[in-house]
Amino acid sequence: MSNSQLTEGIAPARLDPESYCTNFADHAPPLGTQEARIAADRCYFCYDAPCMEACPTAIDIPLFIRQISTGTPEAAAKTIFDQNIMGGMCARVCPTENLCEGSCVRMDSEGEPVEIGALQRFATDTLMAKQSHPYTRAERTGKSVAVVGAGPAGLACAHRLAMKGHEVTVYDARSKPGGLNEYGIASYKTPGGFAQAEVDWLMQIGGITIVENWQLGRVGDGDLAELLGDYDAVFLGMGLSGVNALRLEGEDKDGIRPATEFIAELRQASDLAELPIGRDVVVIGGGMTAVDAAVQSKLLGALNVTLVYRRSRAEMPASTVEQEHALTHGVNIIENAAPIAIHGNGAVRQVEFAYTKKGEGGLEMTEATFKLSADQVFKAIGQTLGDMPPKVEVAGGKIKVDGAGRTSVERVWAGGDCTHAGEDLTVTAVAQGRDAAEEIHQFLMEG
Amino acid sequence: MADLTSEFIGIKSPNPFWLASAPPTDKEYNVRRAFEAGWGGVVWKTLGSEGPPVVNVNGPRYGAIYGADRRLLGLNNIELITDRPLQTNLREIKAVKQDYPDRAIIVSLMVPCDEESWKAILPLVEETGADGIELNFGCPHGMAERGMGSAVGQVPEYIEMVTRWCKQYCSLPVIVKLTPNITDIRRPAEAAKRGGADAVSLINTINSITSVDLDDFAPEPTIDGKGTHGGYCGPAVKPIALNMVAEIARDPETAGLPISGIGGVTTWRDAAEFMALGAGNVQVCTAAMTYGFKVVQEMISGLSDYMDRKGFTSTSELVGRAVPNVTDWQYLNLNYVTKAEINQDDCIKCGRCYAACEDTSHQAIAVTEDRVYSVKDEECVACNLCVEVCPVECITMRKMDKGEVDPRTGETVGDYANWTSHPNNPSAATAAE
Repeated sequence: MSNSQLTEGIAPARLDPESYCTNFADHAPPLGTQEARIAADRCYFCYDAPCMEACPTAIDIPLFIRQISTGTPEAAAKTIFDQNIMGGMCARVCPTENLCEGSCVRMDSEGEPVEIGALQRFATDTLMAKQSHPYTRAERTGKSVAVVGAGPAGLACAHRLAMKGHEVTVYDARSKPGGLNEYGIASYKTPGGFAQAEVDWLMQIGGITIVENWQLGRVGDGDLAELLGDYDAVFLGMGLSGVNALRLEGEDKDGIRPATEFIAELRQASDLAELPIGRDVVVIGGGMTAVDAAVQSKLLGALNVTLVYRRSRAEMPASTVEQEHALTHGVNIIENAAPIAIHGNGAVRQVEFAYTKKGEGGLEMTEATFKLSADQVFKAIGQTLGDMPPKVEVAGGKIKVDGAGRTSVERVWAGGDCTHAGEDLTVTAVAQGRDAAEEIHQFLMEG
Repeated sequence: MADLTSEFIGIKSPNPFWLASAPPTDKEYNVRRAFEAGWGGVVWKTLGSEGPPVVNVNGPRYGAIYGADRRLLGLNNIELITDRPLQTNLREIKAVKQDYPDRAIIVSLMVPCDEESWKAILPLVEETGADGIELNFGCPHGMAERGMGSAVGQVPEYIEMVTRWCKQYCSLPVIVKLTPNITDIRRPAEAAKRGGADAVSLINTINSITSVDLDDFAPEPTIDGKGTHGGYCGPAVKPIALNMVAEIARDPETAGLPISGIGGVTTWRDAAEFMALGAGNVQVCTAAMTYGFKVVQEMISGLSDYMDRKGFTSTSELVGRAVPNVTDWQYLNLNYVTKAEINQDDCIKCGRCYAACEDTSHQAIAVTEDRVYSVKDEECVACNLCVEVCPVECITMRKMDKGEVDPRTGETVGDYANWTSHPNNPSAATAAE
């Protein structure tokens, strides 16, 4: 091994082999039984609990915590899964500081919430470790539903439909199910192959078939009309397949790529030491994808990682906790700056930025500029919907839905990041998939 | 730092904190450690008659209940009196007393309920130089089945008889330790007084089963698949003990009889409460068994600090200070009207007050869409449940002034008036005559 953190350009194996294991280990190790008991004891069992209201899937948090404190974590897990079949993943990836924990009444009294996320993980891990699935299917209805996209929305929808007795086929464009759980979330948040383990566990319900490497509208696969011909209803949960461009000259230079692509590659890498990373990495954007890309670049051995966001830190979509996570891992955050030029001959060498200011018509560039050395640039300035079937109405770049995910097309529902509703979070996708399933079920049974 | 020197029935100790007769005081080694840690005195674990000592079980002796974070709240034991030879204990008592003349050593005793047995042991104890004796009439398990311990303590006549023998055959001060496993604690206390007791100490442990093993279906602690009731102590029993101490302190028959308070004393505050209700000193066991002897240092500093704040120069100024305020329900002022008030600045909006009031009480708390909780004075009976369940102590009771109209009853708050003269009381007319 001759590479080090100082090696110029984009290079693999910058660190010694052990560092990869340490760097990408579980960043929030699970609670032990005693820790869970103590953490659970802090819950006040609030009336009409604010945490529950803050949870997009409306998990009965006080109840499940009480179940943990009385020594029945499996019952706690059942309480969680009743509302959120991907409660295991959500326990790992939810920005709890903005949701349940952010609304915990202990924030008012002590500034330290009950560790709801960690407790949820304790409960769900306990049940899932037993490899038992707590749900059975209702009597078969003879109805069938196609689900497009095996991400959180699609899988939550499929599970609920299968539970109701319908036959479900889930189509996914990738070679593995899981969607962003498998391809889009920082590795240290869900180590140990948890995303696939969760899919396997969820599939134990039965009645769900997954078809991989199948993309809606791709020649040889199938289109919406065909699905509507073959199935009684269709759910669209394909997420966002495109990424926003910087719209700068030279954007096609080597070393510039979407952050999502980098994260997906990292998640699928069998040996992280083989994954090349730049010495000087620049991440453009301010969301969770930007933070995940920046932190993981650092963990792979990049010497300098700078995250640049066009607005202030307070306005960053990534939570304060995420930002602090990046800072403690040595990521440099520059706020109020936007890229204006890319320099380099063939491959990127530098990115030039201008500081921004708030103007009357929105953000304005100032005269003040600076350049950052960059072997590698990750774009994380938002994702876009891929090609849509013509009849599906799109508004603001996303599928337009009413109520529990009804689209403009009869018998077609949608949920998750591909719709305009809610925040783009795993937990929101699960809630939308679940609620659409309930409505689809109602529709199928009435029909 | 306030002077904590204590004189209880003529027995001096540097502070009013004694270790109760129990495992912590079973032998010289422990007692020396206790004195080094700062305990004012000990009641040596109960001695029995000469001869083969009792035996203990060889499985678990204790069971417990817990609060949050496995904080021990209640402890139950099935241990018997000392299982070491009488002579060994007597020798050790003498040695320790010689080395710690300023500390109190009381010897707990339990022998069969006949005059000869008591006549035999008393001189042996007196010879050790101990400061007093405590008669164990309280132990509820094992010994009671042999006609000792609480089997004696539950029969006032026996208490009186044995106490009299002790006063007759021994010059040491006699403390009678009372069992709470009885209907009216005043009867055994009166009997002790009639027998000539210098003081009573209470409470001994309460008959209890702490828990049941739901796999083996046996009470815990479980000995080879079986369990038996044990004696319950620790913080959980304090309220029961406080009441019994107060009952003896305020009853005309027993008022003035010195009391050594026992039952869940864990902090200086617990001790101060016992003393305010009439205990001349306190005895501690579970707190020491949970945390070790060092806890006494907090008790000493805490009580001293409190006394300084209050301007008390001697513990005697604290003893019994709350007794005149313990009364019967019928004398409580029915015109004392209060209303709960929620401090909105401190409220964390958990809604526990609401759940408690709405589901189980008087529907006297209102809640808005944005979780602002407020008291409906027209419904509030001032039960205090909201105060008790609030985790951040943001609810207080506001006293309504004389002349104000209680929105719940529509009545004007008047002068002191109690049940004895209330129109709804069938006996009121007679009482008024």
